[in-house]
Amino acid sequence: MNYNWNWKIFFEPNPMGTGTYLDMLLSGLALTIKTALLAWVIALAVGSIVGVLRTLPSRGAYWFGFCWVEFFRNMPLLVQLFLWFFVLPEMLPRAAGLWLKQLPNAPFWTAAIGVGLFMSARVAVQLQAGIGSLPRGQRMAATALGLTTVQGYRYVLLPMAFRIILPPLTSEFLNTIKNTAVAITIGLIELTGQARSMQEFSFQVFEAFTAATILYLLTNAIVVTAMRFLERYVAIPGYITGK
Amino acid sequence: MLGSFDFDVIRRSLPYLFYEGMTFTLTLTALAAFGGLVFGTAIALMRLSGYKLLGRIAGLYVDFMRSLPLVLVIFWFYFLVPYIGQWITGAPRPIKVGAFASSLITFIMFEAAYFSEIMRAGIQSISRGQPAAASALGLNYAQTMRYVVLPQAFRNMLPVLLTQTIVLFQDTSLVYVLSIPDFLGAASKVAQRDGRLVEMYLFAAVVYFTISCIASFGVRRLQSRIAIIR
Repeated sequence: MNYNWNWKIFFEPNPMGTGTYLDMLLSGLALTIKTALLAWVIALAVGSIVGVLRTLPSRGAYWFGFCWVEFFRNMPLLVQLFLWFFVLPEMLPRAAGLWLKQLPNAPFWTAAIGVGLFMSARVAVQLQAGIGSLPRGQRMAATALGLTTVQGYRYVLLPMAFRIILPPLTSEFLNTIKNTAVAITIGLIELTGQARSMQEFSFQVFEAFTAATILYLLTNAIVVTAMRFLERYVAIPGYITGK
Repeated sequence: MLGSFDFDVIRRSLPYLFYEGMTFTLTLTALAAFGGLVFGTAIALMRLSGYKLLGRIAGLYVDFMRSLPLVLVIFWFYFLVPYIGQWITGAPRPIKVGAFASSLITFIMFEAAYFSEIMRAGIQSISRGQPAAASALGLNYAQTMRYVVLPQAFRNMLPVLLTQTIVLFQDTSLVYVLSIPDFLGAASKVAQRDGRLVEMYLFAAVVYFTISCIASFGVRRLQSRIAIIR
């Protein structure tokens, strides 16, 4: 291969004047993590509500949950981001649209909310499966004890369901981190974006992508290790995953 | 608002969107699904082969691919494939690889990791008695896999494989980052040329949504039809 390797490139100053090329990539990693965390909070909050709606006896609630999930699952994430970023401001009343367009950090907020809503559909499906996997007796016992529906979910069903679905939720969180890279298309310069600009500035394409790859692998490894501990801590005794 | 919605720009660009864009997207999806399935099955067989080293290599590949964002993998292959081609053919300089070939290789390699996990689950779901009976009949390893294990694994996992193909169909839109005119790329080109972002992106969303919805409805029906036979 006639490619000029130069691994020292990382310690050379970048043309943006923000330190070395390594600093550039690390700031990209920080933005990836920030976006992923905010997106994950949104996904968990919205996904939990929608997931619960899908298990309620009410037909209306079920249909709302069904439509929510189908809407966000059947469109590519990239198209969804375009809808939020390019189409939504035009569909709103003029003043609101203008305000939205002039928002500072618009790519960041769009990416966090867009990825968050996209992932919320997946969280909802997982939670629905988790609640569905509980024995019928749990819900009945809650009712027999005189708990209202809200109390039944709050004290009986949800604590069990979340502990059961923690392992799949881990991989959904990893997916959230990976999906933030799609936001490169709306101008969010996260880790992949920084690797790409480093490649354009320095022409050291493989060094830049290798570094980004290693940073993604490290992030993954840290999340997986942390979640293993959490999974062991909250595992329900008596279940296959339990002690 | 919708008052100024220009339906004509959609009508005018329909031939371009579907003949060029959708053809690219669907061809890429079909070929990548087929290639991913073939490679994925090979990886799954390596992981279950019982040879430690082979299994480790396959496992590392799957974990590696699954922890990277697809966008990064697309960039990797886009820049790497010309050099690999040069290395294989011994050409004096990196060879030129077309946009389609580059993205096809990317998606086959990437999806193989996901398909292999599905096929592994499918192979493991087959009872031990099946391969035991096959050896009792005198079939060797290749014959056992070819005539007994893989057809059943494939059949059991068909709904999951098809669902993954729908995900793949949506993921092909990411070739947008290489400015390739797939369906979304074509829509985006028209959108930017005519300044009609709202119309084109909404239309693209509706098309993706409709196709994915119909396809997943079909998968669900298939699932309920073959689920009874056990």
